[in-house]
Amino acid sequence: MDRQFAIKDSLAENRIFLSRVVAAFLLILLLIAGLIVRLIYLQVVGHEHYATLSKDNRIKISPLPPTRGIIYDRRGRMLAENVPTYSLELIPEQIKDMDGTLAKLQNLLAIPDEKIEQFQKQRKRNKAFTTTPLLQNLSDEEVAKFAVVRPYFPGVDVYARLVRHYPYGELAAHVVGYVGRINEQELKTLPTAEYRGTDIIGKNGIEKSYEAQLLGTAGYEEIETNAQARAVNTVATVEPIAGSNIYLTLDIDLQKIAYDALGEYNGAAVAIDIKTGGVLAFASRPGFDPNPFVTGISNKEYKALRDSPDQPLYNRALRGLYPPGSTVKPFVALAGLEYGVIDFGHRLFCPGYYQLPNVKHKYRDWKKGGHGMVDMNDAITQSCDVYFYDLALALGIDRLSDFMHRFGFGEKSGIDLVGEVSGLMPTKDWKRSHRNRAWYPGETLITGIGQGYTQVTPLQLARATAILANYGKVITPHLVQEIITPDFATPPDLLPETKIPLKKQYVDNIIFAMTNVVHGNRGTAGRLSKNINYQIAGKTGTAQVFTVKQEEKYNEDAIDFKMRDHALFIAFAPVHDPKIAVAIVAEHGGHGGSIAAPMAGEIINAYLNPQKEAPHED
Amino acid sequence: MKIEMRTEQFQSPSLLGNLLRKLHIDIPLFLSLILICALSFVILYSAGGQNEALLIRHASRTGLAIAVMIVLAHVNPRRFQAFSVAFFSLCVLLLLAVAVMGQISMGAQRWLDLGIFRFQPSEFTKIAAPMMVAWYLSEHSLPPKPKHVMAAGILLLIPVLLIAKQPDLGTSLLVASSGAAVLFFAGLSWWFMIGIAAILAASTPVLWHFLREYQRNRVLTFINPEADPMGTGYHIIQSKIAIGSGGINGKGWLGSTQSKLDFLPESSTDFIFAVFAEEFGLFGCLGLLFLYLLVISRCFYIAVQSQDTYCRLLAGSLAFTFFVYVFVNIGMVIGILPVVGVPLPLVSYGGTSMVTLMAGFGILMSIHTHRKLLPI
Repeated sequence: MDRQFAIKDSLAENRIFLSRVVAAFLLILLLIAGLIVRLIYLQVVGHEHYATLSKDNRIKISPLPPTRGIIYDRRGRMLAENVPTYSLELIPEQIKDMDGTLAKLQNLLAIPDEKIEQFQKQRKRNKAFTTTPLLQNLSDEEVAKFAVVRPYFPGVDVYARLVRHYPYGELAAHVVGYVGRINEQELKTLPTAEYRGTDIIGKNGIEKSYEAQLLGTAGYEEIETNAQARAVNTVATVEPIAGSNIYLTLDIDLQKIAYDALGEYNGAAVAIDIKTGGVLAFASRPGFDPNPFVTGISNKEYKALRDSPDQPLYNRALRGLYPPGSTVKPFVALAGLEYGVIDFGHRLFCPGYYQLPNVKHKYRDWKKGGHGMVDMNDAITQSCDVYFYDLALALGIDRLSDFMHRFGFGEKSGIDLVGEVSGLMPTKDWKRSHRNRAWYPGETLITGIGQGYTQVTPLQLARATAILANYGKVITPHLVQEIITPDFATPPDLLPETKIPLKKQYVDNIIFAMTNVVHGNRGTAGRLSKNINYQIAGKTGTAQVFTVKQEEKYNEDAIDFKMRDHALFIAFAPVHDPKIAVAIVAEHGGHGGSIAAPMAGEIINAYLNPQKEAPHED
Repeated sequence: MKIEMRTEQFQSPSLLGNLLRKLHIDIPLFLSLILICALSFVILYSAGGQNEALLIRHASRTGLAIAVMIVLAHVNPRRFQAFSVAFFSLCVLLLLAVAVMGQISMGAQRWLDLGIFRFQPSEFTKIAAPMMVAWYLSEHSLPPKPKHVMAAGILLLIPVLLIAKQPDLGTSLLVASSGAAVLFFAGLSWWFMIGIAAILAASTPVLWHFLREYQRNRVLTFINPEADPMGTGYHIIQSKIAIGSGGINGKGWLGSTQSKLDFLPESSTDFIFAVFAEEFGLFGCLGLLFLYLLVISRCFYIAVQSQDTYCRLLAGSLAFTFFVYVFVNIGMVIGILPVVGVPLPLVSYGGTSMVTLMAGFGILMSIHTHRKLLPI
């Protein structure tokens, strides 16, 4: 601008101003267009993304774990229940100084170091925003102690939780089993959806085999949360469906009698309902208290159980493998009759030993000096070994083994418990493939008296007895009678019933002989016949734990208790209308007749002549 | 064209027109403002968690602001021009007072407590600064000579630096831009502007050095909000989620989950636009931007229509500064500008800024309704 125009020039000023307004307005339009582009980017292009983020922001899914099904015995007594307890739980996400918090809590509530370790392990498995228990079964005093300082512990709270409880403790531990925390291995294979909010799982027994039915169905809540993750309101709820209640065939009273009957002996007692196969008693001694497992057993306690020489964690009724001894004799005898090898009247002289042709070795009878002239009835009643050496040899191992397999020897019984073992009923093929040796005739002899390779479980013995009492009708032992779902009751699936084709007369013969074991003059379990108003058919057994050398004398008193023979007994009653089959194994009991038979007698008597029932308060 | 229009206005003095002229109210501007204010109540009811007490306080402030606007509309713009220097000086003195008191109380100080009421002198400076610059430049011939530009710049820097030191970066930038707008409308040469822009860009590292920790964080956060999602980036992330989740049609009035559930901080004040966008969607946002554009257009129309340099410059600056307000706030909420504490004009809850804005519109109305009705 020239100097002379430096005086105000309104028109020029106006023109400049107008152009500047236009420029400013264009700039404004441009910038607003920029805002709009950005808005379109956020609200149209990115809408879905941000809508998801917004929903994630506010909606949290919170699982509602189902209540685990209750386990009852056949008369409705609770064997596994859910008891409300207080538990101190932490939400790691909400705790800034975890170590400090734990140290303070430990100081306050005297928490053992082990619980802290357990918590740390558990915490790694859980999601940071879910609760992880630190201490369970809080006493009222502990709850009160924590309540006072609660405001200083964000993310820590006391929750009322249902905890599994086994009121009968060790008595039913091997049947009912127990639940425990889901471990890392289980976590890998579990269907996560079904276990939302649940941190326990059946580890053993019925709790494990019926896990699917007991668990129930998890529900969930959709919770609207605010920025502090506090629940504001519940958007939707899907209620959990409680697990099914299960009624067992087990009678806890009879279970107690069976458990107590074993007395100081380790061993097992199994009682089966002959008609149905329902297991009435299933005792394995020693038992253990399953309750500590529920909330996490301490290492010390667990080691003590695991390393105990009595092996309390070992389910002897289900998994204990014993030589059946003389308890196989009725079945071997029946095989002889069925295969037409001998008849019931066949007689044989027992000199106290048996020799194979051209072999020097003497197979001894348990009775030094022998039983003299015996027929099949005498052989069973007095348990003559020589008679059965001869019979077994006549049958041959393959026919004998085949027949025994049909009664369930060497076969899993199919009981609804996990971990069953099949035992062993040897054949020539088995020996060739497993031992890489030929079968010796001598091995046939000792198989005939239930020694040698033969191994059975108490459950198998009870089942075989029941099949015999049933004249060949094969039953599947089972523990669950009814599964009560919230809507309807279902009986458990059983294997289809089969029948071994047996001649009734032969079975009658065997049962006659077995009845004489108890009621006959020279029966090995004669003392059992006292004071009963029904008849019992049974067979004693004594299983060698170690082999007595030739020329050596087995002296019961002189040898170590751990080397003493196992006492066995199988029985069913009443003879003419069989209701209950029992098998007893008393480890190192010595004699089947004096030790094991009375135990069976107690169980049978309690079942057939129930005491006037004391009122139960459940 | 212009003459015709003026004649037209002159020739049709209807009864209502006469009355309004006497009230010194510009109807198009007034109606647009009232519409925005009404919208403000609607959205505040939702953003504030349906807090009626909050609405009542907002109503009383809006009422006060409108009253201030009407009162100022009655004042002849000559008086504003005459009081410019005194007003600006007063503001600078008050800012100094605040600075001194801040020194004493060892902390951020924006408020001046006068016993009966507290106010922020920096708010008044938003009007005083363009008034001062407009007065100074209108005393000389335009376009301004470099020495006048320099002088105006120094005048402007005094309050800007005082406010920046409080520290209130947002307000100081707004004050600076209001003064700069006057220079721009006065015809500041483009080359000069480019030069200043270049110098500013070059001195960014130096400016960075003068920024406070939290201000630096804001800038860093703006560049990469996800870097610290729970800390300084939280505002921006949550605000973007709110806006984006609103979509085209929005979640409906009171349907904002982001603010209702406290995910969105400052939802009634600086971040109210996010709530609005979440509930009313893209269409709502376009509507609101249109209303703002309406106000700005009318203000520019008033500026163009004004009859002397001072009024022109002041009106242009006020119009442009209003836009800067809108742009800085929305730009910050939608994540294209750093977070600076600037409320959404006329909508955010908060008293002082509302009064200042309405005072500016009052001055604009005064400029428009006190024109001489004859063409020069």
